[in-house]
Amino acid sequence: MNGSRETDSPILLAEAVSKAYGEQLGCVDISFELWPGEVLAIVGESGSGKTTLLNCLSAQLMPDRGSARYHRRNDGLRDIYAMSEAERRFLMRTDWAFVHQNPRDGLRMNVSAGANVGERLMAVGARHYGDIRARAVDWMEKVEVDTSRIDHFPRTFSGGMQQRLQIARNLVTGPRLVFMDEPTGGLDVSVQARLLDLIRGLVTRLQLSVIIVTHDLAVARLLAHRMMVMRDGRVVEQGLTDQVLDDPQHAYTQLLVSSVLQA
Amino acid sequence: MTRGQTYNFAYLDEQTKRMIRRAILKAVAIPGYQVPFASREMPMPYGWGTGGVQVTASVLGHDDVLKVIDQGADDTTNAVSIRKFFQKTAGVETTTETANASVIQTRHRIPEEELRADQILVYQVPIPEPLRFLEPRETETRTMHALEEYGLMHVKLYEDISRHGHIATTYAYPVRVNARYIMDPSPIPKFDNPKMHRMAALQLFGAGREKRIYAIPPYTQVHSLDFEDHPFEVQQWDQACAICGAEVSFLDEIITDDAGGRMFVCSDTDFCNKRSGSTAA
Amino acid sequence: MYVAVKGGEKAIDTAHDLLAKERRGNPDIPEIATAQIAEQLTLAVDRVMSEGSLYDRGLAALAIKQARGDLIEAIFLIRAYRTTMPRFGYSEPVETSRMTIRRRISATYKDLPGGQILGPTFDYTHRLLDFNLETEGPAQPEIGSSVSRPADAHMPRVLDLLGKEGLMEPPDGASAARDNGDGKVGDLTREPVSFPADRDVRLQNLARGDEGFLLALGYSTQRGYGRNHPFAGEVRMGEVRVEFVPEELGFAIEISEITLTECEMVTQFKGSKDVPPQFTRGYGLAFGHCERKTMSMALVDRALRADELGEERQAPAQDEEFVLSHSDNIQATGFVEHLKLPHYVDFQSELELLRKMRAEIAKAHVEAAE
Repeated sequence: MNGSRETDSPILLAEAVSKAYGEQLGCVDISFELWPGEVLAIVGESGSGKTTLLNCLSAQLMPDRGSARYHRRNDGLRDIYAMSEAERRFLMRTDWAFVHQNPRDGLRMNVSAGANVGERLMAVGARHYGDIRARAVDWMEKVEVDTSRIDHFPRTFSGGMQQRLQIARNLVTGPRLVFMDEPTGGLDVSVQARLLDLIRGLVTRLQLSVIIVTHDLAVARLLAHRMMVMRDGRVVEQGLTDQVLDDPQHAYTQLLVSSVLQA
Repeated sequence: MTRGQTYNFAYLDEQTKRMIRRAILKAVAIPGYQVPFASREMPMPYGWGTGGVQVTASVLGHDDVLKVIDQGADDTTNAVSIRKFFQKTAGVETTTETANASVIQTRHRIPEEELRADQILVYQVPIPEPLRFLEPRETETRTMHALEEYGLMHVKLYEDISRHGHIATTYAYPVRVNARYIMDPSPIPKFDNPKMHRMAALQLFGAGREKRIYAIPPYTQVHSLDFEDHPFEVQQWDQACAICGAEVSFLDEIITDDAGGRMFVCSDTDFCNKRSGSTAA
Repeated sequence: MYVAVKGGEKAIDTAHDLLAKERRGNPDIPEIATAQIAEQLTLAVDRVMSEGSLYDRGLAALAIKQARGDLIEAIFLIRAYRTTMPRFGYSEPVETSRMTIRRRISATYKDLPGGQILGPTFDYTHRLLDFNLETEGPAQPEIGSSVSRPADAHMPRVLDLLGKEGLMEPPDGASAARDNGDGKVGDLTREPVSFPADRDVRLQNLARGDEGFLLALGYSTQRGYGRNHPFAGEVRMGEVRVEFVPEELGFAIEISEITLTECEMVTQFKGSKDVPPQFTRGYGLAFGHCERKTMSMALVDRALRADELGEERQAPAQDEEFVLSHSDNIQATGFVEHLKLPHYVDFQSELELLRKMRAEIAKAHVEAAE
């Protein structure tokens, strides 16, 4: 879709991102770089601050401090918190995508599958019904959803199908950066495995940059190049996924890894 | 003020009219944008045209000639009632002839006869927000307008086509004004939408209960939303008007008996009268 | 040949004649005088003044008579009349703590400075039809002198008493007055409401709001849809002086005395282990004697403060846009009843589409069969 990618710059550069809820800490002083085509997993237990961080990075939540600079296609690194609401919303429906854990948060349940996939296209000006529909069919095939159900409402779909539909709806405009919040949470194990396969295939094929939040180390192992382990709002360890999982340095990471092995 | 003292010209006091005129000026300056205004309580109920009446009252002068229509007809009860209201409170001349009117207040129709630059068309509007049924919150729809986030509007049209094979909106069909704001044209049939495009007359829209005024200045581009492969189209009838024989007008269906008998006649009574040569009764 | 329907004008005139006849009823029965309404249907008059936003008992009585007892119609007449009145300015805030009390009760204290004064209330009557009223009615009861009290009897407000102890948040809420700091009180009859609305405008909206709508919403908060643990801190009713500062004088003069009902609810306390807890409050005020209205209003006012008090908005009563957009019975009745107006043109458009779609399906069936 977009041929040339900047490879001499990170696509997202977070510096000292911090967010507190009253006295409750959300996340503290998070800094990292994300490079084009890279998949970064943020791992931790519930309450570790990983979802707060993801919401800050995707500008759905304003942090108290820190910056997150995104490399836009035409004007280089720009702090997303300094952008106007209009610019942020534009990014959100073009360059970015957000896959929610609960498909209800990411789909319009009272609008057909085809319109769900087509909405972002229409939002950026697509005005040919046949084309929009063809792209919706194409994307339903890509995420392996029965295309004969294009006019059905998502609420008649299974959980796994809804999640596939949500992914199609997000990727249809060719985003470069995808945020995912426990995309396989709440699904049966067999359904999870097939969905992870699909995500891995899409990420590689489309060279997406991804930030994925998960509490499941197996998901991180399968998808992520690099990972950050969070606890009490702070990053306790980060590095290449295999390195962190095979040779955890921090006591907490060791505990996490060993508890998975035992299970 | 002593009780029983007569009302000001055209009912509203001059301060109120000035306030409304300011809102109208702003509306004309930003075509299709809904300008909030401090709508007054009027002696007719909300939903009966309080917005249109306030706009008319604010633009009406002593020399104006007023025409009021509802469903295209001068003789429908609500049109009669509003016309009488202005006869009583403003004492202006009234007419049923489109060509003779300088101000035309309407509910649900645009006259068939082409309007001129020296005329003003005032629409009564029940729900001014075209996005309202897609998004009930004013805070959100305001943001959508501000940021031109209109994708949702086409989602609705898409759904119509995928379900019915057609865009199933037949009246209050949304338009984009001057390539910027999406606007509700009030519940006129979509048959009338093309008349709004580059109309010579000033078009003013008043929503009393919702406290909004908006406008289309003369000769402004008005585009009815559609898809390239499902272009906007207007209603058509197989019949001609049973009275005047017109084939180009919006027709009302009249049930003539209880055995399924029916006929079609012009909804615009003045247009029909002129063509059939009968005098307005 | 068909002749288009005519005669709208004549039909309206006839309808008006019939209406006048219905209003008068049987001419053998004496016509009701507006003075009788003003004196004997006082609570109807109070409601019409409150929701009509115009304090004039005579006009309210006239409106009730003209509306044949339909109070929403009467409120409508008053609102339409009010619209035409020139605006001289705004009165000084009325001081309800200096009210000449006719009724004052508190559900939070058994006794308190100034005492509990039951006043004229239905509260403890047995709801048995009094057939004596069918005829002349009983003679006026003698009121003992013990109930009349000096107008200046000290009657501190219950919530002020709590406030002195620090147990009650200030009247404008802990987070300072939410009036955008301009010190001006909003007026939704002059400036259209915009969301989010400040509390002054919300209160004005509720004061004009439909009693039934507010009653249902207030009731819903008690049943768990936005609970706020209310106590009727105080309900007081009586007369207050209205003062106005004419520009040419530059000082306040008394222009009138009006009857008001005021309700202050003591509600769910707020605080933490660091911030000392305080009760919060909800406020209701209406013209005349309107207890049901002011109590409901106070519950809804409190519910609408959810954001300000850091509560999650979940229930209808907490939803500002929902409540403020639907509280006005004149707007509501107009829009519901406007469905009676002709919609021929829109309906014709729908008919045309429906027929076209049915024809297409029929055609497709025929083609499929061939």
